[in-house]
Amino acid sequence: MRIDLNEIQHWIKERSRILDLGCGDGTLLKFLIDNKSVEGYGLEIDAEQINLCIDKGLNVVEQNLDRGLGNFADNSFDTVLMTQALQTLHFPHKVLDEMLRVGKECIVTFPNFGHWKARYQLATFGRMPVSDLLPYEWYNTPNIHFCTFKDFEVLCREKNIKVINRQVVNEESGKLLKDVLPNLFGETAIYHLSK
Amino acid sequence: MPNELPANSVGLVTPQTLHFSDPLLLACGRSLNDYQLVYETYGQLNTNKSNAILICHALSGHHHAAGYHSMEDKRPGWWDAYIGPNKPIDTNKFFVVSLNNIGGCHGSTGPSSINPETGKPWGPDFPKLRVRDWVHSQLRLADKLGIKVWAAVIGGSLGGMQAMRWALEYPSRVRHCAAIASALNLSAQNIAFNETARQAIISDPNFCDGRYLEQNTVPRHGLGVARMIGHITYLSDHDMGEKFGRDLRSGSFDLGTDEEVEFQIESYLRYQGGNFAKSFDANSYLLITKALDYFDLAREYGNDPIEAFKHAQAKFLVISFSTDWRFAPERSREIVDALIGANKSVTYAEIESKSGHDAFLLPDERYQQVFGRYLAGIET
Repeated sequence: MRIDLNEIQHWIKERSRILDLGCGDGTLLKFLIDNKSVEGYGLEIDAEQINLCIDKGLNVVEQNLDRGLGNFADNSFDTVLMTQALQTLHFPHKVLDEMLRVGKECIVTFPNFGHWKARYQLATFGRMPVSDLLPYEWYNTPNIHFCTFKDFEVLCREKNIKVINRQVVNEESGKLLKDVLPNLFGETAIYHLSK
Repeated sequence: MPNELPANSVGLVTPQTLHFSDPLLLACGRSLNDYQLVYETYGQLNTNKSNAILICHALSGHHHAAGYHSMEDKRPGWWDAYIGPNKPIDTNKFFVVSLNNIGGCHGSTGPSSINPETGKPWGPDFPKLRVRDWVHSQLRLADKLGIKVWAAVIGGSLGGMQAMRWALEYPSRVRHCAAIASALNLSAQNIAFNETARQAIISDPNFCDGRYLEQNTVPRHGLGVARMIGHITYLSDHDMGEKFGRDLRSGSFDLGTDEEVEFQIESYLRYQGGNFAKSFDANSYLLITKALDYFDLAREYGNDPIEAFKHAQAKFLVISFSTDWRFAPERSREIVDALIGANKSVTYAEIESKSGHDAFLLPDERYQQVFGRYLAGIET
């Protein structure tokens, strides 16, 4: 399981009600159902990923996040999750507002565009960064709204969003340095938010 | 039908008939004292009777959902693309029951049956039916077949409405409910189309206030027009354009010619209408379209679909089709939102299709995958 998914479980209460935005193949949702006895729904738009969720017996609903969450009532979920999807949205700030309206708490994970490798590629070669974590060219990437950890912190402050917890995780390299200079050495951020 | 049956067909099937003499109290307050149901089954009922699936048909459907009645049949049953060995509703795994609803005209008791009290066809005197009456009669069928709990109740369009009503009326007897290209109720536009179709029938001089069978006639023209109206709404603009465009069947627009011009679409619709009018009963059409109009899943739950679905125990599969404007994806999303609001299990897929409402009957790779993989996960 992806490292950010493994960390998230610590912030999820037993038997809580979960909405997973952009749930992919349902790995996280299935894990939380099996290990935390949560009740959960996943939203996804990719047909093959939806099939994989169905195979797992999950509640998966085809829904485009860019059309908002207007169909969900205020505070109708304990936690609204969104892992590695923020950067693919047309209106990430609006979806964030919606997540905080629908969920009592939110968990968001996203890749750090301020990571040194990204900075190095852009600064040295003058090319948009391509890495293991972000393996796309600029023209075919689904990731259209990149931010750094600092950018995200600024957005949270502007919106008066309360950061309950924050954590930085790396798959391999820079495991020590990430705690010292997260915006330079951290690969993936996990934010635990509330209103 | 080719000389050989396809390997993934349920093969040759024979309809069966069950007679019921327990009065069926209807929503309108009247009773149907004596009636019969015609049905077909595909696959084998397992020993603990836990693998039964009920298929609920739509407006013009009937019991013959899969396979062939004889080697001379030109076409298989109406949902043959989805029912059979290794098909989404896999008859290697499930025992499938498909019936003709009361009020219909394919063998089950309906307006064209003889009213035992008068010795004449029921005609317009046949009791008005609601979706719950069909569901109630289907429950009686389940009892007779010894099926205590359906593994799934499945239907498209009006059939989906029956499946949802099952989940609310008899929650302990449905484990899974699949509502495909369906809605919580009809829109005003939908009712408008139905009423226009009904007026076409009623205004046919051969309608004779619904007593046409006693007069040895049928309102064939009116029923044909009713079907033409319906048929337009089942197709998408795109599909119709692609199939027919502005192609002419006869005549021309050449200057100096005074020929009658006939578009391909005109001829097609007339053919469809004419064919339908030969095989369907006008009073059944009136009765079933009214049942459609009257259906409102949440009416008795304070018009709150969330409150309604709180009574369900089943898990739900909801499917819609992108170009279906008669039962649009938004209408399916209302079902899904209410199910989530009621904290029920639901899987929802919106299938990209060019075929309008008819898409729920037609082969489509993604639809087959979603449907098949969901049903594969049902324990038997």
